[in-house]
Amino acid sequence: MSQVSDPSLVVQKLQMHKKSALELRNVNIFYTDNKAVNDVSFNIRRNKITAIIGPSGCGKSTLLRSLNRMNDFVEGARVEGELIFGEENLYSNDVDAVEVRRRIGMVFQKPNPFPKSIYNNIAWGPLINGYQDSTDELVERSLKQAALWDEVKDRLHESALNLSGGQQQRLCIARALAMEPEVLLMDEPCSALDPISTSRIEDLLFELKSRYTIVIVTHNMQQAARISDYTAFMEMGDLIEFNVTKKIFTRPAMKRTEEYVTGRFG
Amino acid sequence: MTEELQNDPANSRWESGPTVGRSIKKSGVRWGEFAIKSWLASCSFISIVTTVAIVFLLVRETLKFFESVSPGDFFFGTTWTPLFQPSAFGVLPLVWGTMIVTIGAAIIAIPTGLASAIYLSEYAPDKVRRTIKPVLELLAGIPTVVYGYFALTFVTPALRNIFPDIQVFNALSASIVVGIMVLPMIATMSDNALRAVPISLRQGAYALGATSYEVTTRVVVPAGLSGVMASFLLAISRAIGETMAVSLAAGQTPNMSLSMFESIQTMTSYIVQVSLGDTPSGGVAYQTLFAVATLLFAITLVINIISQLILNRFREVYD
Repeated sequence: MSQVSDPSLVVQKLQMHKKSALELRNVNIFYTDNKAVNDVSFNIRRNKITAIIGPSGCGKSTLLRSLNRMNDFVEGARVEGELIFGEENLYSNDVDAVEVRRRIGMVFQKPNPFPKSIYNNIAWGPLINGYQDSTDELVERSLKQAALWDEVKDRLHESALNLSGGQQQRLCIARALAMEPEVLLMDEPCSALDPISTSRIEDLLFELKSRYTIVIVTHNMQQAARISDYTAFMEMGDLIEFNVTKKIFTRPAMKRTEEYVTGRFG
Repeated sequence: MTEELQNDPANSRWESGPTVGRSIKKSGVRWGEFAIKSWLASCSFISIVTTVAIVFLLVRETLKFFESVSPGDFFFGTTWTPLFQPSAFGVLPLVWGTMIVTIGAAIIAIPTGLASAIYLSEYAPDKVRRTIKPVLELLAGIPTVVYGYFALTFVTPALRNIFPDIQVFNALSASIVVGIMVLPMIATMSDNALRAVPISLRQGAYALGATSYEVTTRVVVPAGLSGVMASFLLAISRAIGETMAVSLAAGQTPNMSLSMFESIQTMTSYIVQVSLGDTPSGGVAYQTLFAVATLLFAITLVINIISQLILNRFREVYD
């Protein structure tokens, strides 16, 4: 127990594994004067699902949005520390945020399909980024990866807004996958969905992890326990504990983590 | 004990006495309520009655007009001289005058208005937007006769520096001031339409590696297009109906010339001319007023209906 009671030791141990898709080193995030994320460090392993859990307002979504520079659009938001992607710090001055978002895709809390056809929702991102191959194949492949193809193959040119909420969310996942990102960020992707759609998306994430690195923010601890390989528990902007999911949910090192995952608060 | 206290009228906190045990049957008509309802209803009724009366009058006088002039001569004739001999009642020169002023104004106002709307909703920092928007709304509140005067005393002399042979009254300066006049309308309405496009759509597009320009032109503007189109149509309808500015700037010469440098006459400025002049009431010349007004009314009505239809479609998408 004593050798893992310090979260930084856990972090050090995990850093020894190579093959991190993203490395967070002393990340601080501010909204004008308020600190939303405080000195967070951990590594996001390639081809694994990393869950970020914690009570509302703990900074988990803020942290997630900093991973593909979506915080750039929030006035007053500022990120300090290092977020290493490949060899580069995502926030160094010579990094192109547009290029970052091409490589690190995102699925949002509420499904947000474009008011275009199903086909054009998928093809849009690749087309504006100069995709040269056949978009027909790309659309089919992406929809199949998102387990939506069979439901929509006969109405690809109908408006995406006619789909159900769960289908729209899978369309948004397909749209992100069409860009062939290295990392896929998901901000509570199931919170607006019913249990059936949720379990369908969870199944999908299992299949996707062989090809993608997934980081998922979730309110739902059962979901984190079911689907993730690693879990980061945050509270009030601090990373309380980061470890293999099984450990977090069975033998957490920190008392706060134990209280949260057993439902005693939060 | 507390129950007794509540039931005691002396201890009740309600104006109408204790509520417990009181009948729930109606105790009479609430006259104040009835009076207010009737007053509000009669006010709204007045505007409906007035509109219907105006339309009725327009149509009745127009029908009288068509007893003396054939519709063919009116709609397809190319000479408009109702006030002197030999009189001719071809309305096309007036329609033409209205059209070139409107088209000129649209060419000026639509690109500029849309560009300002895009800047305001997508690029401007909040502070800039909060300054520009009220200024634009102020611009929309300037009396139109001021624009007409501005055309005569500033725009035309300025144009004369570039085109020396431009007439004092000309279609070009009328187009320019009407364009400036409807620009705030396009800018503010289109800005509202673009801002109504959910932020989540922009985020979705940015997350796919789109640039600001791509997000604006390929997601936001298409998504807000019906509101933007509606603003164009309402602005055009306003330009067609614009009266004082064009009367002052473009003059009173019914003319089917292609040149923007010559004086023309629009439908509205013809109505001003007859209304202010000493045309005896009751004659055919007088009835032309109603025929032209009905035509004007029909044209703007059709455009407004189309823009309403477009706007309704727009509402369906996001509700």
